[in-house]
Amino acid sequence: MKQGGWNREIPLYLMILPGVLLVFVYSYVPMAGIVMAFQHFVPARGWFGSNWVGLDNFRYVAAMPDIVQVVWNTIFISAMKLIAGIVVPITIALLLNEVGKNGFKRGIQTLVYLPHFMSWVILGGVLIDILSPTQGLVNLMIKQFGGHPIYFLGDNSWFPFTLVVTNEWKEFGFSTIVYLAALTNINPSLYEAATIDGANRWKQMLHVTLPGMTPIIVLMVTLSLGQILNAGFDQVFNLYSPVVYESGDIIDTLIYRIGLVDAQYSVSTAVGLFKSVISFLFISVSYYLAYRFANYRIF
Amino acid sequence: MRSNMSISRKLFVSGNYVFLTLLAVLCLLPLVHVLALSFSSSSAAGTGLVRFWPVDMTLSSYRFVLDKPEFLLSMGVTVKRVLLGASFNMLLIILVAYPLSKETKAFRLRTPLAWYFVFTMLFSGGLIPLYMTVRNTGMLDSLWGLIFPTWGMGTNIFNIVLMLNFFRGLPKELEESGVVDGAGHWTVCWKIIVPLSLPVLATVALFTIVYHWNSWFDGLIFMNRTEHYPLSTYLQTILVQDQLANVNAQDLASLQEVSDRTAKAAQIFIGSLPILLVYPFLQRFFIKGIVMGSVKG
Repeated sequence: MKQGGWNREIPLYLMILPGVLLVFVYSYVPMAGIVMAFQHFVPARGWFGSNWVGLDNFRYVAAMPDIVQVVWNTIFISAMKLIAGIVVPITIALLLNEVGKNGFKRGIQTLVYLPHFMSWVILGGVLIDILSPTQGLVNLMIKQFGGHPIYFLGDNSWFPFTLVVTNEWKEFGFSTIVYLAALTNINPSLYEAATIDGANRWKQMLHVTLPGMTPIIVLMVTLSLGQILNAGFDQVFNLYSPVVYESGDIIDTLIYRIGLVDAQYSVSTAVGLFKSVISFLFISVSYYLAYRFANYRIF
Repeated sequence: MRSNMSISRKLFVSGNYVFLTLLAVLCLLPLVHVLALSFSSSSAAGTGLVRFWPVDMTLSSYRFVLDKPEFLLSMGVTVKRVLLGASFNMLLIILVAYPLSKETKAFRLRTPLAWYFVFTMLFSGGLIPLYMTVRNTGMLDSLWGLIFPTWGMGTNIFNIVLMLNFFRGLPKELEESGVVDGAGHWTVCWKIIVPLSLPVLATVALFTIVYHWNSWFDGLIFMNRTEHYPLSTYLQTILVQDQLANVNAQDLASLQEVSDRTAKAAQIFIGSLPILLVYPFLQRFFIKGIVMGSVKG
């Protein structure tokens, strides 16, 4: 590289400029907008003209009757999703791995990825129809087998589990890809050695396949721990209703309702800040652990 | 191998085939059911006769939906949004990924700038400050309000990472030969790197098209007037919020023939049709895409 390298770099800065500006306006300016969590924000007076109220909004949030329940719902739903999101794809990947015929394997995969690419609006529409207690296909079948209809989307004891199962329906196929890729990277000579040592397929799975997958499993668990406060806004928002707020209202839906339905802008921002800060800690720690133990890098 | 398979192994293998087949079928049945509903008559749908094949096959639900001005209007918004949004996203993703794919010695601020983008995935201002920013920049009720604010959000940062990793994997000699011939960065990027990156461009293009087609929440919060709603947002109000306010007298009259349920089913199907159409390409590319993305430079 010759002297005056900055001149050669100028086009690079010009190229990246539009992207940098857009991210500045719509990601970094809102970060500064967090000041409204400490104000009594009035849109007409803006971020510079609204009165400062210190921690009043946070005290108000802490005194809200539902807040503990909402935080608990968020953690409960996302923890269950996290566990299901590890166990189901690994099981399916292991089963697919036992299939000799590649065409069959690919066919199954092609079918089960499909819901991943559909939005929760579409899938919500589908689920609202098939889970309806009166006309829905699922309950018609339950009744046919002599059971009582279950209101999956309107019963607080069922709702969180409905969320977990339907989320797995949408995502397990897609998550399986990562594990299948890890399986193909296991050295075949390990299986040969195990066979010579007299290990059957089950023993091979326990002592070769699973240890071979451990790094990727650890990585996926670590990365998903950072998402512990994201219980899935899109899904919950399109499936919940006031009757299941008790078990299904999560931090993100609460932020939406306080902020954009009730127009309590500052209170909503305070809840959002609480979530952002905790999420930031979790994500940073999870990325750090993933970097230390699995040599994972974002870029 | 095959000849000395034990009985239990044979049982497992055939059980496994059956299980995986059933699982795949089970995943699709809800969608098949809704598709069957959309082609069924309202009376058949009302009596719960429809399973996985239309009963009293009719197109009346589709005729009803395609006659609704709101539906067509929101379809128009979505088409504009997808065309404009996907090309804009692609252009800016390339323009960000190319500089970031350079070595630090060729682009000295590379690492801080990469962190500048990645940091937005770690921390965000939250919903209301974003809403206020969109409002203050005059983007409410504008088509660009569906494109600018979400450009730098998570999915696109992922796309940038995908693309810059692919750029980095290309042989360095290609660029060097261009530089020897006197080409600047602009020429190298568009004449050498981009034409060689068709697989990753296809992957990212499909991702951004699907993203813009599916996005509904930005439409819901940034568009005040329902005639600016993109299709996904409109469908959200129809399928989920179920607002009777959206149903006018004429609709109520024809609803007796069409039934709310079959009409919804038809809209679900139309709403997912483009995804189904690009899906064969998507699933061919995205495995490659994910593998490419995981190759860290």
